[in-house]
Amino acid sequence: MSTRKPAALVFALALGAGAALAQSPAPQTPKLGKAITEQDIQAWDIAVLPNGTGLPAGQGTPQEGAKVYAEKCVACHGDAGKGGVAPFYPALIGGAPLTNGIETQKTIANYYAYPTTVFDYTRRAMPYNAPRSLTDTEVYALTAYILSLNKLIGENDVMDAKSLPQVKMPNRDNFILPYPDRI
Amino acid sequence: MPGVVKKGAPVTLRPGRIIVSDSKRRGRAPSLDSVAGNGLINRRALLGQGMALAGAMGAAGTVTGAAAEPVKDDPWSLEFGGNTPALQVPSRFEKDVTRPLSNPKGEFRNSHARTPHHLLNGTITPNSLHFSINHCGIPDIDPAKHKLVIHGMVRQPLEFTLETLSRYPLVTRMAFVECAGNSAPMFSNAPLQAPAGMLHGLVSNSEWTGVPLSVLLDEAGIDRSAKWLVAEGADAQLLDRSIPVKKAYDDAMVAIYQNGERLMPGNGYPMRLLVPGYQGNMNVKFLRRIKAVDQPAYSYFETKNYSQVLPGGKTWRFHFLMEVKSFITSPSLGHSLKEPGFYTISGVAYSGAGRIAKVMVSADGGKSWGEAALQGAVHDKAFTRFVMPWRWDGQPAVLQSRAWDEAGNVQPLRAEFVAARGETKAPVATPLAFPNQHYNSITSWGIDSKGEIKHVYA
Repeated sequence: MSTRKPAALVFALALGAGAALAQSPAPQTPKLGKAITEQDIQAWDIAVLPNGTGLPAGQGTPQEGAKVYAEKCVACHGDAGKGGVAPFYPALIGGAPLTNGIETQKTIANYYAYPTTVFDYTRRAMPYNAPRSLTDTEVYALTAYILSLNKLIGENDVMDAKSLPQVKMPNRDNFILPYPDRI
Repeated sequence: MPGVVKKGAPVTLRPGRIIVSDSKRRGRAPSLDSVAGNGLINRRALLGQGMALAGAMGAAGTVTGAAAEPVKDDPWSLEFGGNTPALQVPSRFEKDVTRPLSNPKGEFRNSHARTPHHLLNGTITPNSLHFSINHCGIPDIDPAKHKLVIHGMVRQPLEFTLETLSRYPLVTRMAFVECAGNSAPMFSNAPLQAPAGMLHGLVSNSEWTGVPLSVLLDEAGIDRSAKWLVAEGADAQLLDRSIPVKKAYDDAMVAIYQNGERLMPGNGYPMRLLVPGYQGNMNVKFLRRIKAVDQPAYSYFETKNYSQVLPGGKTWRFHFLMEVKSFITSPSLGHSLKEPGFYTISGVAYSGAGRIAKVMVSADGGKSWGEAALQGAVHDKAFTRFVMPWRWDGQPAVLQSRAWDEAGNVQPLRAEFVAARGETKAPVATPLAFPNQHYNSITSWGIDSKGEIKHVYA
């Protein structure tokens, strides 16, 4: 890729290896990075992609999620996801049509493009006072509960690595890229 | 009149592409007198000599105050001065130059600290006044234990420390960092009364020093089919954003110094991603992991906060670019003009698409425009300060600035911007609100005959 040449060239010159670059496509860098295995990174490797890449083993239902919610989430997000005691803990349900105006509150049901975002953010950041204290099973159950509250899945649907990415979000096809050439 | 640009430019939905011809300006000899309506003076009056400025000012430039008193020694000139501290702070007389806070008591929610632009000058934001947004507090990171890993679609996953990164050949550049929600109160359908540092305080400008991200990706041997990087911080939420590999190989860096010293904790200590000209949130602080992948992650922040609802209900995602923008910092709300006479209109301009090419200033609410002088060096994707000499005649005036970048993008007029991006149905009540994102239109300061300044739409 031609756009990758400048960095390699700059460092080749910095290291006095300009001549070597012409013969070898391998970029010259100081090579101070320490090799690490993907296995040793596993504890940090939590990003879930929309196609389901990164989803762990486990599963959960809305009923199971309701129990976890009552214990660990209701204090901030309120009964059945209606929003908390203070204005800065958002509701997890509802959402006016986006045609209501540019200041319309963005919610899971009216805005999120992919259901994997609910799983990923819950696992990475919730509960707010004890992030990454939930088990993967609890996160699947909470995700199922929240999606069910929003009527995006049925009350008995099981969420797992296979079923979660299949949930179609209502706003998914409503996005435009303002700068496609920058991707 | 020289320097006049007419209103009524064509509008496109894609921001930052609105072009207004200024061909009328070209080919005229600069005048040392009025360059546009309501007292704007040709910027060339600033270029040298007092002679030129005196000529420009005419009678209004002469001494108008009462005669000065005879000078004498003040107490501080007659005694041994104060102690010299290890870490110096501004004069006690500058105690009000601080960042307004959204969460001063540190409640269990997000926090914002804004740069008080109306109290500053130049282009570098002092580190103590750089804006800072924290969604879950500021982590107290031990730099000796912090690690950055690069993995995913790479030949060899690698781990870096602050110590190893510091041994790389470092690069230094100016760059602004702007929250996508900066200026969000300007989406209000009625002008909110707040100073420049509240309306526009979520942008700051620094000299950043670090390792080009491309070097680290090359070292890990990134797969050519990897199109995205998921960059993640070490804060409690592990805030993550998807960054195009294209940007990484353009001008991204892992920054480890800010204005010559280590990063401030609120700005990402000990290392952050710097993606010049892109949404502030993408400049991931406390950077600990970069994973090369073939598709974006649709993380919480790129899914929700940092994408936009458009009029009609369509939505923008992966907006990234902070478009060309400027605002006047002096005179502005919070200041007042004591008497008619000479003032310097001053402000900042910047564009995520490159260097600032030109800034026009109006003192009559956009009826006529004069070209401002650009003060100091003009850097890529960084603050440029503009200045415009002005003779205030004591009558009502409306001050505006409008910037162009080297790519030909121009800051949209408010009517153009609102037509494309909309405004709220009810007035926004607080400068802490974020009704929408990516506001880059014009700011207008209305001055009445007493010299009092308000935020107006014009």
